[in-house]
Amino acid sequence: MDIQFTPEEVAFREAVRTWLETEYPAELRGKASRDDYSKEDFLVWQRALHKRGWGAPAWPKQHGGTGWTATQRYIFQEECARAETLPIPPFGMSMLAPVLMAFASEEQKAHYLPRIINGTDFWCQGYSEPGAGSDLASLKTKAERVGDHYIINGQKTWTTLGHFADWIFVLCRTDPTAKKPQEGISFILVDMKTPGVEVRPIITMDGGHEVNETWFTDVKVPVANLVGKENEGWTYAKYLLAHERTGIAGVARSKKGIERLREIASVELDQGQPIIRNPEFAKKVSELEIDLIALEYTELRTLARESKGKGPGPESSILKIKGTEIQQRITELTLEAVGVYGAPYFRGFPKDGDNQFPIGPEYAHLAAPTYANMRKTSIYGGSNEIQHNIIAKMVLGL
Amino acid sequence: MDFSFTSEQDMLRDTVAKLVSQQYDFDTRRKVAKSDAGWRPEMWAQFAELGLLGASFTEAEGGFGSGPIEAMIISEEFGKGLVIEPYLQTVVIGGNFFRHGGTDAQKEEHIAGIIGGETRIAFAYSEPKSRFDLNDVSTTAKKDGAGYVLNGHKAVVLGAPFATHLIVTARTSGGQRDAKGVSVFLVAKDAKGVTTRDYPTVDGLRASEVHFENVAVGADALIGAADNGLPLVEKVIDNAIAALCAEAVGCFKVLNEATISYSKQRKQFGQPIGNFQVLQHRMVDMFMAAEQATSMTYMLTLKLDEADKARKMAASAAKVQVGKAGKLVSQDAVQIHGGMGMTDELNVGHFFKRVTMIESQFGNTDWHLRRYTELSAG
Repeated sequence: MDIQFTPEEVAFREAVRTWLETEYPAELRGKASRDDYSKEDFLVWQRALHKRGWGAPAWPKQHGGTGWTATQRYIFQEECARAETLPIPPFGMSMLAPVLMAFASEEQKAHYLPRIINGTDFWCQGYSEPGAGSDLASLKTKAERVGDHYIINGQKTWTTLGHFADWIFVLCRTDPTAKKPQEGISFILVDMKTPGVEVRPIITMDGGHEVNETWFTDVKVPVANLVGKENEGWTYAKYLLAHERTGIAGVARSKKGIERLREIASVELDQGQPIIRNPEFAKKVSELEIDLIALEYTELRTLARESKGKGPGPESSILKIKGTEIQQRITELTLEAVGVYGAPYFRGFPKDGDNQFPIGPEYAHLAAPTYANMRKTSIYGGSNEIQHNIIAKMVLGL
Repeated sequence: MDFSFTSEQDMLRDTVAKLVSQQYDFDTRRKVAKSDAGWRPEMWAQFAELGLLGASFTEAEGGFGSGPIEAMIISEEFGKGLVIEPYLQTVVIGGNFFRHGGTDAQKEEHIAGIIGGETRIAFAYSEPKSRFDLNDVSTTAKKDGAGYVLNGHKAVVLGAPFATHLIVTARTSGGQRDAKGVSVFLVAKDAKGVTTRDYPTVDGLRASEVHFENVAVGADALIGAADNGLPLVEKVIDNAIAALCAEAVGCFKVLNEATISYSKQRKQFGQPIGNFQVLQHRMVDMFMAAEQATSMTYMLTLKLDEADKARKMAASAAKVQVGKAGKLVSQDAVQIHGGMGMTDELNVGHFFKRVTMIESQFGNTDWHLRRYTELSAG
């Protein structure tokens, strides 16, 4: 047992840091602390990574990934968080890709995986429906087999970045006569340009546009777009969700978030003193940071298990719950720290970006919208209550 | 970075686990705790024989292992059996005082005594009014020729009834709460002028009030630097906190297993109470708390050799996490066991009491949260 990095790992960190300092696209600098990224922003970042050979940090070499060890991936994440890079959207990279690697045909792998790495295809996820949230298996979107095609009808919702996406992976019901809700579901890849696919924005309470409704009206999709076997999509769906947990803890980004919070709290005044010296506030920051240390070591234990080929252990189930709670608390304390300038709201307001009459510190502008936006984290990816159910059943045997 | 144990460490864990399950069952433990002696000297001899007392010393020191990781393994397994014998006091605290502060002669003599089982130590540091502050010392040690003369009263000295030696903090200069001026001494318990009043503690251990009245010791009784013993004391206590956290983790695992298993057997409303989601989620929270506490114990154990500030922050962070986890796990374990959880007959209440005492040992959650906050500010 030790927490020392090897000389190779130290050198790797140095290489990543230097590369980010010199090669992180100039037009993206400073953008990670803003709320609106364009599709082009994500593509610019993905192309830069691809050019360096780091297009798929978590994939094995055989599929064009870096083949990095768990520790290298951890270091890479830390350095990206430190440099405040854009996140890599997870839908193609860490949700779909593992499913393709495990269950898709060779043709499908050869076609789709490189296009994820080089940024050709931007993916989104077609899982949730208006009537199928936590109870995902109650989904109703239908795919009817007609000759060499499926005809898809139904509605998906909460489609994150669907308005950017070129492709969507969709869970559809292919056997309406199946006895159990989990049976008769298929995993189908759909080109968003196919006639009958319509994306309608959902504006969230922070005023942002991240999620969408995606409607399917007689959408004709070649049978070749089926992944794995017909009616066995639930197995792949669960596989995807299990893989989604990797990295979901967001430890590196949260560390950076607490660092920012401390910076803000050391200039925001409370009774004439930096609010970080207010014992009640400081105590909350300490407790948050301590919880993050615990999460970090739980994640490191999980990574160590995985790198020994043992697969995610029971600890990994904790990462989603604790990770999202911490992300939420950071935004909550940031809003608390900024005080009265948490109130002004500039989205869509013409004064936004007016340097002549700055209204409050810049870091305060997004504190409230970000706090509001981050409430999503304990709801998506299987709500935290569903995560409790999963641990109760799978780990505690209840 | 590596979180796996060596095969020797795995074997050590198996040895201790086997010993605890075979010779430290709950009924035996309860009888021993209530006996006149309050411990089993023959059990201590067996620890020595099995090499447990030497497992956290290096071969150069006369031991069989490397250090804190072995202490962590042993402490966790001892935690599962609510082991009474003074492992923490003697091996972790006593051992680390000599490791980090002892002269070569002291190391040679006393580490050998600890490993062999003949030397048993209790750490006399807290005083009736010092609460958790290690610098708050009114016991005095006045220079007398080459040696010192000690006077004062030490409170709730755990393991003192079983000890052969006391390690004592005493003031050689400065005011009662000054960081400078604290020195550390080794005093034989049977030295002239040492009187003890022994009593049981709520968690089944034994402790003493210890009075020093003109106790004369030689110059060789001093451990570490005269007048500047506090950094040494803090380092040793942080080592002790790591072992204590590991002990707590052992307790949490027993409490969680007992609770889950009880909830599967106990039926109300025609079904096992473990079917109820409201209880399932509480048990998941208990499980997560135990896992997070385990992670923090690893973290601290691996950071014990870092520079003072980093080590202290790690120790306080771990103590806070384990303290909170302890409240949650122990209280919910009793709650889910219902009336049975209240009884003396079931082990749950005994673990509850030990976990409760651990929360305040070497500084409670609030004390460590304050120390962490102060260190992170400057």
